[in-house]
Amino acid sequence: MRHIISLLMENEAGALSRVSGLFSARGYNIESLSVAPTEDQSLSRMTIVTSGSAQIIEQIIKQLNKLIDVVKVLDLHDGDHIERELVLVKVKANKQYRDEVQQLTNSYGGRIIDSSENILTIEFTGTSTEIDNYLKSLNNSFVVEIVRTGASGIGRGDRILKI
Amino acid sequence: MTTEIITGAEIVIRCLQKENVKFVFGYPGGAVLNIYDAIFQQKSFKHVLVRHEQAAVHAADAYSRATGDVGVALVTSGPGATNAVTGIATAHMDSIPIVIISGQVPTHAIGEDAFQECDTVGITRPCVKHNFLVKDVKDIGSTIKKAFYLAATGRPGPVLVDIPKDITAETAEFIYPKNISLRSYNPVKQGHSGQINKALDLLINAQKPMVYSGGGVVLGNASDALTEFVKLLDFPITNTLMGLGGFPASHENFLGMLGMHGTYQANMAMQECDVLLAVGARFDDRVIGNPEHFLAKPKKIIHIDIDPASISKRVKIDIPIVGDVKLVLEDLISAFKALKSNSSNNLHTDWLNTINLWKQKDCMSFQDDGTQIKPQKVIQKLHEVTNGDAFITSDVGQHQMWAAQYYPFDKPRRWINSGGLGTMGVGLPYAMGCQLAFPDSQVACVTGEASIQMCIQELSTCKQFNLPVKIVNLNNRYMGMVRQWQEFFYGNRYAESYMDALPDFVKLAESYGHIGMKIENSSDIEGALKEAFSPKLKERLVFLDFITDQTENVFPMVASGKGLSEMILADDAEDL
Repeated sequence: MRHIISLLMENEAGALSRVSGLFSARGYNIESLSVAPTEDQSLSRMTIVTSGSAQIIEQIIKQLNKLIDVVKVLDLHDGDHIERELVLVKVKANKQYRDEVQQLTNSYGGRIIDSSENILTIEFTGTSTEIDNYLKSLNNSFVVEIVRTGASGIGRGDRILKI
Repeated sequence: MTTEIITGAEIVIRCLQKENVKFVFGYPGGAVLNIYDAIFQQKSFKHVLVRHEQAAVHAADAYSRATGDVGVALVTSGPGATNAVTGIATAHMDSIPIVIISGQVPTHAIGEDAFQECDTVGITRPCVKHNFLVKDVKDIGSTIKKAFYLAATGRPGPVLVDIPKDITAETAEFIYPKNISLRSYNPVKQGHSGQINKALDLLINAQKPMVYSGGGVVLGNASDALTEFVKLLDFPITNTLMGLGGFPASHENFLGMLGMHGTYQANMAMQECDVLLAVGARFDDRVIGNPEHFLAKPKKIIHIDIDPASISKRVKIDIPIVGDVKLVLEDLISAFKALKSNSSNNLHTDWLNTINLWKQKDCMSFQDDGTQIKPQKVIQKLHEVTNGDAFITSDVGQHQMWAAQYYPFDKPRRWINSGGLGTMGVGLPYAMGCQLAFPDSQVACVTGEASIQMCIQELSTCKQFNLPVKIVNLNNRYMGMVRQWQEFFYGNRYAESYMDALPDFVKLAESYGHIGMKIENSSDIEGALKEAFSPKLKERLVFLDFITDQTENVFPMVASGKGLSEMILADDAEDL
């Protein structure tokens, strides 16, 4: 099953490779990983999308907690949560396809953030599934480039990951 | 108030003094020259010059295994650090607390492919508990303090501190923090009382109870508590390879070692029990074999371990108790004593009878017609001659298993071997670490003609530091365990397992300034050992080269991937 794991870790050099090294050394799946500093300069927040049986996920959480630099780990799937991912898509938009892309993007709630004579660049935010669906709806032969950020997640309501 | 400003190298020395370090095992090189210059000018610890960095880490590791203190190794950058990696990984797999200080090229040269540069922190990351690159001379003190703290607390392990050369030349005030607290690292010590009570309830109502303890009991200094608890309950107990000595082998409740080369009674009891208490052990592949087969017979499992990640890793645990094994066992003892009725003992009488029947299989007996030297007999005689009280180190292979099987250990920290990583070559440097820690004790290195050659250069270190280690070389002219697997599972095709062109070990030992003996007759085993351990040779290293039966195999054996009760016994071996 797919899980989104959020963690706070010391903002030290090499912290990211400790986490990515753990996943490769133990053969865990990693679908996406995103990391950025937090409002507290000494901490980084990482979001990892992974998958595995309940037993594997339990081991992943334990092994992450075992890393000395990891301060706190939360499996967002243990409760209600919100997931968002951003995608940037570049499509060839000649006259005939331009209107269709604009319509499609509007109906999905995306935004056109750059346009030139032949190319439209679109920004779309949603759950990873929503992004999958949006990308599927585009005509593949017109898509030239896709950049996805990987998912970020946050607990709903008063579920807060903080130290 | 005047503050004393000293160099980074001097700060390193002061830190080691603060940690009461007595020995530093190391090898100099460009990046650590400042540190060596500071070592030259101090007297608080002894530097032990090894002949290869791998041995420095092994010796520091053994020093820790034998004493319980943190071992220290010092190596230079680049090849110094990469040579140390085998030693570090060995310590990591067995959770041994050591601190490795490595030199690094100067800060400004990092990343420029400088001479003797390598990414030491990157290379060692997967095989340390934690590591650091020091970037400021002011951080040396707090970093080394953290390193010792992390190495020794929680589930112990190796911690590496990489220090660039320029940092050791710069100066700063020496500040060594008294205490360290890390917000991201707070190992649990006390076990959960609710879990402890649940566990006790399960244990006293068990009809077929079994205790299985591992290296965690030895590392956690919990042998006394374990022994008391097991005696109180009158339960049968087995030890893993790493746990030997954690419970006295001469006690009647001890069933011997379990696992791939465990005893028939220990493996059968593990398989057939209804309640299993696992203490400081991790259900690894060499111990329980195939987990599905192991769980095919329903049983409730209680697992005490300091590391939450060890729990339910290979086998689902019913009652986990995370905590310091010693504290948890002491809590179990108090809880048991607080119970009014201690009449639970009768419940498992039938079970003890069943185990006694398994013991009658006499699985450790071996054929000995006296024509050739049987390796098992050498170990038995070694036990007799040393009164069972020596520090026994071993390398890896058949001789390691025979030492574990035929030298019963009554005390913890006497059996020093590489259990997890299975590193050939550890035996001699391990013996050095033990002998330095306990100069008046008997130290024997049980090895084979293949393993010993992997760190043979340390005979020179032994000479320099007058280490009177006795090397018991079980020389069968084969990589014995490889040959055994090839015989059993590869149709007797002995691919590259024959040790051709062996040196004359007697002359080799003599050339290093030691005493060598070659023993070819079974009747000479005892005499040779007695002579080696005699007061006359108390100050001398003796290399005993026993020419043993080439065809001998280690039994019982659980083949890889099989279940624990699917053992091959010596008697069945002809049917293979």
